[in-house]
Amino acid sequence: MGLTAALKKKTNFFSIDVELTCPEGETLALIGPSGSGKTTIIRMLAGLETPDEGRIVYRDRVFFDSARGVNLSPQKRKLGYVFQDYSLFPHLTLYGNAAFAAQDRKEVDSLLGFFGLKALRDRKPNEVSGGERQRCAVCQALARNPQLLLLDEPFSALDVVTRRLLRNELKKITETRTFPVVYVTHDVTEALFIGNTVLPIVAGSVDREWMERIVAPGNEPGTRARAARATKLALAY
Amino acid sequence: MELLPLYLSAKLAFIATLILIGIAAPLAYLLTNSSWPGKSFVEALVNLPIALPPTVIGFYLLFLLGPKGFVGEGWERLFGGPLLFTFTGIVIASIIYSLPFAIQPIKASFEKIDPRLKENAYVLGLSPAATFFRVIIPNSINGIAAAAILVFLHTMGAFGVVLMVGGSIPGETRVASIAIYEAVESMQYQKAWGLSLAFIPISYSFLLLVNKLTRK
Repeated sequence: MGLTAALKKKTNFFSIDVELTCPEGETLALIGPSGSGKTTIIRMLAGLETPDEGRIVYRDRVFFDSARGVNLSPQKRKLGYVFQDYSLFPHLTLYGNAAFAAQDRKEVDSLLGFFGLKALRDRKPNEVSGGERQRCAVCQALARNPQLLLLDEPFSALDVVTRRLLRNELKKITETRTFPVVYVTHDVTEALFIGNTVLPIVAGSVDREWMERIVAPGNEPGTRARAARATKLALAY
Repeated sequence: MELLPLYLSAKLAFIATLILIGIAAPLAYLLTNSSWPGKSFVEALVNLPIALPPTVIGFYLLFLLGPKGFVGEGWERLFGGPLLFTFTGIVIASIIYSLPFAIQPIKASFEKIDPRLKENAYVLGLSPAATFFRVIIPNSINGIAAAAILVFLHTMGAFGVVLMVGGSIPGETRVASIAIYEAVESMQYQKAWGLSLAFIPISYSFLLLVNKLTRK
């Protein structure tokens, strides 16, 4: 069960061609350098972009099937999606944002409590810090009681300390849920911390060697920089 | 100073603006966000009044709204009265004349909204229509208000179109711009001065308000 997807899509620079699975209650981390196609992949899972070819199945529901002409809208996929930044509604307070699509007000209160946002509930997004905004974005996604949670580099615009705090909080809360979580990041440590499985994506395809090069013991951080350069070169060719 | 033409201008502008914003906001949204066949043709068509002389628009409307015109005939059958040389007639003419001036600023304020807000609304389960009302409108309310003021002023100043379609019937279609023209024609300069001076504070204070609304 869980989520399975086979996706193909031509982009301007390369072709995305990946297969992925994520069982219930587990977190799949998609890792790779910037511009490797991770975001396009997670956007295809959400229905914000359409694959050229492939299939996305979650439990017994077909989200997308090019062969059968099925393509559920993002609205019908019933998922939680956390964007990198600036996706909160600026005209609403943090509470208004978290409760935007919620069915249960109590759940909203308890989520705001868990993320330490209760005192800030009446502030607007531009009156709080980046970390508080992203905490609220996670609340918003979870409060609608999603069947699947997708996060696209949710903490990458934050400073290192806040990032670490938030990923601890996120891990704590997703461990209590039974749905699959797909988490996109370019940070190897983060991917290894959050993910039960880690899928390295380079230029649109799975590249396990890239991952091995990067995390080889004793090679940090020199290897990491070299690997990043190498993938950039590979992208350029 | 004769106040009736000024009152008529303000009434015309107010009613036309209310209807125009209701038409222009969804139309501007359709022109901003989606791509559909014929979109550029529709966009050029709604913008046509910018490019045409007001008398030309008025001339076409004269036939369209006339008793043998497509709209005028249908209107007469439905409501039993003519459209030409009536207040309703100049409201319709003003709406067509000012449509692009409503669409352009509203479209510009929609374009300023981060596309992620719309995507976020979609993944949270909101339909495109609900997204329009709950996310797009509240986040472009200043732009819409600015558009409303500009359209109001534009309609207040309409001359050629209104004259062609409405003529100059006192209390019905003789709006301020026409009254000024006629006053000058008949060398009643004092009357023309009075009406013209009234425009300056109205237009100036409204433009100040537009600046305030669009400054960010």
